[in-house]
Amino acid sequence: MRHIISLLMENEPGALSRVVGLFSQRNYNIESLTVAPTEDPTLSRLTLTTVGHEEVIEQITKNLNKLIEVVKLVDLSESAHIERELMLIKVKATGAQRAEVKRTTDIFRGQIVDVTTNVYTIQLAGTTDKLDSFIQAVGTASILEVVRSGVTGISRGDKVLSI
Amino acid sequence: MELLSGAEMLVRFLRDEGVKYIYGYPGGAVLHIYDALFKEKSIEHILVRHEQAATHMADGYARATGKAGVVLVTSGPGATNAITGIATAFMDSIPMVVISGQVPSNMVGTDAFQETDMIGISRPIVKHSFMIKHPSEIPEVMKKAFYLAESGRPGPVVVDIPKDMTNPAEKFEYVYPKKAKLRSYGPALRGHSGQIRKAAELLLAAKRPIIYAGGGVILGGASAQLTELAKMLNLPVTNTLMGLGCYPGSDRQFVGMLGMHGSYTANLAMHHADVILAVGARFDDRVINGAAKFCPNAKIIHIDIDPASISKTIKADIPIVGPVGSVLTEMVAIVKEIGQAPNAETVASWWKQIDEWRGNRGLFPYDKGDGSIIKPQAAIEMLCEVTKGEAYVASDVGQHQMFACQYYKFDKPNRWLNSGGLGTMGFGLPAAMGVKLNFPEADVACVTGEGSIQMNIQELSTCLQYDLPVKIINLNNGALGMVRQWQDMVYNSRYSHSYMESLPDFVRLAEAYGHVGMRITDLKDLKPKMEEAFAMKDRLVFLDIAVDTSEHVYPMQIKDGAMRDMWLSKTERT
Repeated sequence: MRHIISLLMENEPGALSRVVGLFSQRNYNIESLTVAPTEDPTLSRLTLTTVGHEEVIEQITKNLNKLIEVVKLVDLSESAHIERELMLIKVKATGAQRAEVKRTTDIFRGQIVDVTTNVYTIQLAGTTDKLDSFIQAVGTASILEVVRSGVTGISRGDKVLSI
Repeated sequence: MELLSGAEMLVRFLRDEGVKYIYGYPGGAVLHIYDALFKEKSIEHILVRHEQAATHMADGYARATGKAGVVLVTSGPGATNAITGIATAFMDSIPMVVISGQVPSNMVGTDAFQETDMIGISRPIVKHSFMIKHPSEIPEVMKKAFYLAESGRPGPVVVDIPKDMTNPAEKFEYVYPKKAKLRSYGPALRGHSGQIRKAAELLLAAKRPIIYAGGGVILGGASAQLTELAKMLNLPVTNTLMGLGCYPGSDRQFVGMLGMHGSYTANLAMHHADVILAVGARFDDRVINGAAKFCPNAKIIHIDIDPASISKTIKADIPIVGPVGSVLTEMVAIVKEIGQAPNAETVASWWKQIDEWRGNRGLFPYDKGDGSIIKPQAAIEMLCEVTKGEAYVASDVGQHQMFACQYYKFDKPNRWLNSGGLGTMGFGLPAAMGVKLNFPEADVACVTGEGSIQMNIQELSTCLQYDLPVKIINLNNGALGMVRQWQDMVYNSRYSHSYMESLPDFVRLAEAYGHVGMRITDLKDLKPKMEEAFAMKDRLVFLDIAVDTSEHVYPMQIKDGAMRDMWLSKTERT
């Protein structure tokens, strides 16, 4: 099963390499990873998605928690949560395609953030599935470039991950 | 308030932390530190002949005392040579602080002379690591390093110090930090009482219980508590390779080491157990044999300070995260409070079964032969007899290591030192040196073989310089015994690169290093020569003992089988 693990860690050089190293060292999967400082500049928030059996996920969370720089950790997929991924995508936009791409973008509630005579650059946020669907809808033939941020997420309701 | 340079702060901190010895080797990146060390008389630096030995010496000290050993090496090759020793300590959870020099910070990343990314290279084999970014943070970082190394599940910590951080011209205020502050680190201080109670109840109701205790009991200083619980409930106790000595080896309730080369009795008792109390052990693959067939009827209680050790390879029914000492103390109290003894009849019938397995032959029977050739087992039995089971025994890796843990009876913790997890050949001699330096009055033996000893034999020179009269018990069978055993058993005796041609004359080699060498080829010389060696309190004696090359270590579990599936000799199996 796919899990979204989100953690707070010390915003220090080397901390990220320990997290990433753990995954290769212990042969765990890592599908996406995103990290940035929080409102407290001494802390970074890192969110990663991984796939594995429950026993493996248990070991992943235990071993992440064991890293000295990891302050707190939550497996978002264990309860109600909001997940988002940001995509920037360059699409061919010439002739009849131009209107079609615009319509598709509207349907997916994306925004065209840059325009040239031949190309639209579209910004789209949503779940991984939604971004995949957009790519499918536009068609790979007209896609020039795709940039995705990887999944980030937050718990629903009052639950917060803070120190 | 005193103004000190980074180098002086480092040395002063070590003094204030109570460090007596550091083990190391100088080089360009640490010369400022060595200069500061020259002026500090209360710390003795031991100059090894290879940095790997420095780490094993520090490790030996840590295993015997429970305190972090301190290593000082230079950048580049100094740091990489220390890696094997750091990995050895990491696998066995040994507290160690390794200070490595680094090229000046403005040159980091430029492929400078003797530059290597020590933080990167050591990352998977350390509990944590630090790179010093400003000289003034040295005392605080060092305090954190010691705290991390020694607390919770211990382990090695690397502190990488770029040369400019120790510049003697730049001085800063020095204050000894009394406490390390780490908001993101807090090992459990006690176990969950509800879980401990459940465990106690399960143990009291058990029909065929057993304690399986590992190195964590020694690291946690919990031998007394473990022994109290075992005695109170009359439980059989088995130890892992790392746990030997945490329960008295000559006690009736001790059923021997378990695992790949564990005793017939211990492995059968585990297999048939209905409740296993695992304490400070990690269900290593060399212990459990085939995980799928492991102890089919057992409920498992697992006490460990490291949550990641629990349910890693074998699922625990009652996990208890906490320091083994405090958990066992609480368990003893709860058992007393419940005030119930285990059913006398079931206890008696379980012990009857165990004693039947143990039989008349003892735990590790072997064919003593006709006496024409020395059996390696006999040499270890003699070592135990001559040293009255009181010696510190540091071992290398291979058949001799297994013979040592089968035939030396360790009644006390911290006396048996071996590279259990990583299996590092070359560990024995420097580890023994680390012990001897700190316990000059004690008998310290290094049990080794002609393969292992040559991996750090250069330290015979260090032994002379610092007067470290350890006794080297070299079980010389002229072959890499354990490799050869596997080749006998699995590869139809095709001895691919497992024999040692051109062995040196170890007696003359020992003498060349300024020590005493003795060769023993006759069984009847074993006792007098060993006694003579241990009587020479102030001399290192290298006992080169010619032993039977064809001997195998038994029992040996059969791959992927259950605990009970073992070869008992070359021809018998369970």
